[in-house]
Amino acid sequence: MADYLDELEHRIDASDPTYGDTEIQNYTINFGPQHPAAHGVLRLVMELEGEIVERCDPHVGLLHRGTEKLIEYKTYLQALPYFDRLDYCSPLGMEHSYVLAIEKLLNLEVPLRAQYLRVFFAELTRICNHMLNLGSHVMDVGAMTPNLWMFEIREDCLNFFERASGARMHSAYFRPGGVHQDVPLKLLTDIADWLDTRLPRLFEDAISLVADNRIFKQRNVDIAVVSKEDALKWGFSGPMIRGSGIPWDIRKSQPYDVYDRVDFDVPVGTNFDCYDRFMVRVEEVRQSARIMKQCLQDMPEGPIASFDRKVSPPKRGEMKRSMEALIHHFKLYTEGFHVPAGEVYVATESPKGEFGVYLVADGSNKPYRCKIRPTAFSHLQAMDFMLKGHMLADTTAVLGAMDIVFGECDR
Amino acid sequence: MGHSAPRIATVDGIAQEIEALLGSMLIETVDHADELTFIILRDALPQALTLLRDQAEYQQLMEIAGVDYPDRPERFEVVYHLLSVTRNHRVRVKVSTDEDRPVPTVTHLWPVAGWLEREVFDMYGVVFDGNTDLRRILTDYGFKGHPQRKDFPLTGYVELRYSEEDKRVVYEPVKLAQDFRSFDFMSPWEGAEYILPGDEKAPQAPGAPTPAAAPPPPPAAPKGEPAASTPKTTEKKADTGAGEAANTASQVKSDDAPTKAASATDEGEGVAKPEDKA
Repeated sequence: MADYLDELEHRIDASDPTYGDTEIQNYTINFGPQHPAAHGVLRLVMELEGEIVERCDPHVGLLHRGTEKLIEYKTYLQALPYFDRLDYCSPLGMEHSYVLAIEKLLNLEVPLRAQYLRVFFAELTRICNHMLNLGSHVMDVGAMTPNLWMFEIREDCLNFFERASGARMHSAYFRPGGVHQDVPLKLLTDIADWLDTRLPRLFEDAISLVADNRIFKQRNVDIAVVSKEDALKWGFSGPMIRGSGIPWDIRKSQPYDVYDRVDFDVPVGTNFDCYDRFMVRVEEVRQSARIMKQCLQDMPEGPIASFDRKVSPPKRGEMKRSMEALIHHFKLYTEGFHVPAGEVYVATESPKGEFGVYLVADGSNKPYRCKIRPTAFSHLQAMDFMLKGHMLADTTAVLGAMDIVFGECDR
Repeated sequence: MGHSAPRIATVDGIAQEIEALLGSMLIETVDHADELTFIILRDALPQALTLLRDQAEYQQLMEIAGVDYPDRPERFEVVYHLLSVTRNHRVRVKVSTDEDRPVPTVTHLWPVAGWLEREVFDMYGVVFDGNTDLRRILTDYGFKGHPQRKDFPLTGYVELRYSEEDKRVVYEPVKLAQDFRSFDFMSPWEGAEYILPGDEKAPQAPGAPTPAAAPPPPPAAPKGEPAASTPKTTEKKADTGAGEAANTASQVKSDDAPTKAASATDEGEGVAKPEDKA
């Protein structure tokens, strides 16, 4: 009746019921490039209607350093440290794809202990990466304490990397043919103790604060639901595709190194939302710890690098006595090794998803082309359709659940 | 046992199956290092990928990579990596093109292709016909050129810095303090095709490639300036920047070494001699 009265007094036009209202234009804002929740240098140009995101156009490339171009001018070994600097939160995951690609072109056999060591440290990297991601995701949606506790774990991980390779973050520990150097027994026992005591205590404590927390659930459940079909179409991988209910894990389906000798489960999501992606990562940390324990149990003694002297360098002591070893060392660190012509695409399950290296070799000592397949590139592209219709404040939750690092996205 | 890279189960007869599926669109099949590559006609790309997606169950497009071979008539290769999560298998599909001929887009098959095609366009300048959003993606706003091409120098053409005068970031042509050097460390016995410095006059082995002309010797120094071999000296006060000797007067008056002090002033003002200080 009120409408009818309004119409009689010409306050409402029946043909245009919103007559008299002010027309509101969509509002376009920049999210970033300097925003604490953008996890780096991401610029999102967002079109808002009120607080609802209508369109989101991510601008990436602000951290583009031309890694692929630089690699073409470096020998195979010199190019390795660039991979640490791609996804600087999980350096060894990146190296893993690269060394496996070289080994595949060379058809090089890697000693068993080296394979175990690689899997062992790749899983430690996974824990280290997930600590950063889970912690910052939690902090982006409002909780502070879990992040601090998880950084304790991350700090432990970085100390272990330092003890193994000499560097906390950019380890350059994996090498074509094995790993750089063997680890001391004390380090392995320390990590074993840590896996049994400190990690579960800190991690389960931190997760117990958020997993059932009402606010955390309100911010994440039913946010950015991605169906299985969409996940396939948008090239999702890793925790993102598993969060969408597809049990796809390259470690299981296309095992590399010794992943076929260890036992682990692949968690999948059921509601396909941000909360599922978070919980998939939480479970992956537990599974990683399980894999690491098995590695410690099964790791044999033995060489840690291939004996092919055209690829991996001789021992220091050997070089002091043997002329041949000295020549090999000199040739390896000046000319480098030659890789037979051919091309391979090797993808491994990095903590963030499928990290692929498409390596084109022309028979010389430098890669002809090294295309890096980052995980974040595909995931970030889906930002537009994942965010459509959500509130502006959900942006941080969606971004946090994507686990994006710009070193890798922009290369 | 060979390498330990991801072990992809070989599906029996997959190559024949896809060859039959692609039919006349296929140019060549390459089976190298357990990876299948199908080189197909450029214009048949969307059709071929539709068949691969819908009939051969390759649901995911993981990557589009560009490769530059400047010697070929169609210099660019665009490489599509497909993944089947149901058959647990990967294949690679290649088309070739050049700067002018566009590649049909596959964004209608996989929306993920949007950015991947943008990246190939940005890095190589390959145009994708039908991609409505073909902007640059990784390079800077307003960037010129396609950096992944083999003829694009590693150092680039422009560099940027913050200009205090203009109060903004300015672009300038790249100025290198030292020429860009590229060492290949190839053994000269294994067919390196260049002349080592200082080796210009060495007789070439029969059958060796004709050497390129040696660079001309550096031009002789102009007459006004001293020859390069003349050592640079700092004898005069103007050269050294030394001031007047502060103690000259006192040294003249002193009894123990008048002759030395006098000779020092004769030779050159302010040039201290070691024995003066003793």
